[in-house]
Amino acid sequence: MARYIIGRLISLIFVLLVVSFIAFTLMHAVPGGPFDTGERRLPEATRQAQLHKYGLDKSIPEQYVRYIWAVLHGDFGVPFQSPNDTVLGLIARAWPVTIRIGVPTIIISFTFGTILGFIAALRQNTWVDYTVTTVATLGLTVPNFVVATWLILILSTQLGWVPTGGWGEPKNYIMPVIAYSLAPTALVARYVRVSILEALHADHVRTARAKGLSEQRVLRHHVARNAMIPATTVLLPEIPNILTGSIFIESVFRIPGIGRFFVTSTTSRDYPMILALVLLVAAVWGLTYLITDILYTILDPRIRIGGGSMRG
Amino acid sequence: MATTDATTLSASVEPTLGVRRKSRTNFQLAKQRFFRQKLAVVGLVLVVLFLFCALFAPLLAPTGYADANLMDANKFPSREFPFGTDTIGHDMVSRVIYGIRTSMVVAFSAVALACLIGVPLGLAAGLKGGLLDFIVLRLVEIMTALPGILFAIFLMSVINSGAFKRIFVGGQVMNVVVVIGITSWVPLCRLMRAQILQLREQEYVTAARSIGATEYRVAVSHLLPNAVPPLIIAITLAIPAAIFAEAGLSFLGIGINEPVPSLGKMVSDSRQYIQLYWHLGLFPSLAIALAVLGFAFLGDGLRDALDPRQI
Repeated sequence: MARYIIGRLISLIFVLLVVSFIAFTLMHAVPGGPFDTGERRLPEATRQAQLHKYGLDKSIPEQYVRYIWAVLHGDFGVPFQSPNDTVLGLIARAWPVTIRIGVPTIIISFTFGTILGFIAALRQNTWVDYTVTTVATLGLTVPNFVVATWLILILSTQLGWVPTGGWGEPKNYIMPVIAYSLAPTALVARYVRVSILEALHADHVRTARAKGLSEQRVLRHHVARNAMIPATTVLLPEIPNILTGSIFIESVFRIPGIGRFFVTSTTSRDYPMILALVLLVAAVWGLTYLITDILYTILDPRIRIGGGSMRG
Repeated sequence: MATTDATTLSASVEPTLGVRRKSRTNFQLAKQRFFRQKLAVVGLVLVVLFLFCALFAPLLAPTGYADANLMDANKFPSREFPFGTDTIGHDMVSRVIYGIRTSMVVAFSAVALACLIGVPLGLAAGLKGGLLDFIVLRLVEIMTALPGILFAIFLMSVINSGAFKRIFVGGQVMNVVVVIGITSWVPLCRLMRAQILQLREQEYVTAARSIGATEYRVAVSHLLPNAVPPLIIAITLAIPAAIFAEAGLSFLGIGINEPVPSLGKMVSDSRQYIQLYWHLGLFPSLAIALAVLGFAFLGDGLRDALDPRQI
């Protein structure tokens, strides 16, 4: 097990290196630098001084090596969009905002999703089931910025209950959390439904029923427990996904979280910020996959991991 | 209109397959399973409708997509302008119809590109194994680590800035197609590889081998045909994702821009007038929602019809 985890971690570091290299090369393929975009044309001497200050006058391989070296020392550089700050400082200020939207979203979507999926599975092929699956497809496929637009149209423009966007008041949480939790709720409902259905038809459940156990006992001890294994492993990656924020939700509702920085940083060619964000998200995802795979073996003792052969 | 399309389709198929034999073919069984599902039929109708809009946009739209009349600006929906007009005086009906056309063109081309990348890679990895499989798997791993829509945004801004000018000679629509294609081939590749790996172990493949079928013959006439149904389902479900991606990129202002109409851009533009003109955002967003839903229902229906073992 320990060998497996170490192997996975090494492979994760390798992936992060490749990802950062791809991002770095792509950024530098862009003609022009951050200091010669239209709005802030600088005198040549200032421009050179700026380039020198950020090390942008070095060759690309040298810049990359320097960057990785600095990152290993915990220095992600200075964001060009606010030169008096550090990349880490900016992320440290923006991420909590995203998380404050993410946590209620996770709680709501997992609670409602599980309940809906459970009910739909128990009432398979009735109108309840059809309604849940239809709504789930709706929630999964309709883009959240479309849902967000409808929410604004109804809740703020027509009814005037909540402000159209902004940040700071408790009222500002309502629409983003609703819009944001629809898709994960739908996803959870779908997976829970399928796993419960699968568990309901398993042999051990038939045996349990044949033994004469009460329906409630069968459901609680034999169905729910076994259904949670596939559901957990598929759904756990949703949590970091939600916590890293949604660009759409944050830009529609004008929330100052990290999702918005993806757009502002790419359009203003803020190299250090983009690299840090890409690395952050890639690392969070990689770790989540690793944890999910480990959890899988703990939850389901039938699965054994040997020497990293479980990849792919 | 769309339902008659569906029935003529089935009518044209029947004489070739149904009359000759009494026992029903797999295709007929699948068709029967498909049409039993109400949602799948709804999906098919929606898809046919949207494709019709996209194909015949110039005939259906009352005006061209760039035609505007400032005198008619900011009209609410009325008999003359069923969806109203926007702030420059475009007829929203025409804008939405042409927007659907853009969505469909982008989605189909992007998914085609994703197939061109993903399917051969997955096939090769599954069939050959060894080093090739290792390389493809690492590639997939790296692509998975690059966060989907974020990577698309990043690529888009790199391309938009004029980098790789020689490779990306096409206009903005082409750029969006390439970016979505590059960022969405992974599921198709994975599916293809998994299918091949799983099918290779089937008894009929062993049987074929034991009677002396060559590797090539096994691959072409035993593995490929059986891998097609799941692939069709995956492609159908990749289209709504591509529609979503295009609308999303355009919504953020880095996808398709004026003068080409994009539903995502329309929803985004409507936000600043949302307090006054509700119709600007409502109709484009409805079009996006119905388009994605149509393909998703169709894909789910196809899955239940073609591959009844899967849930």
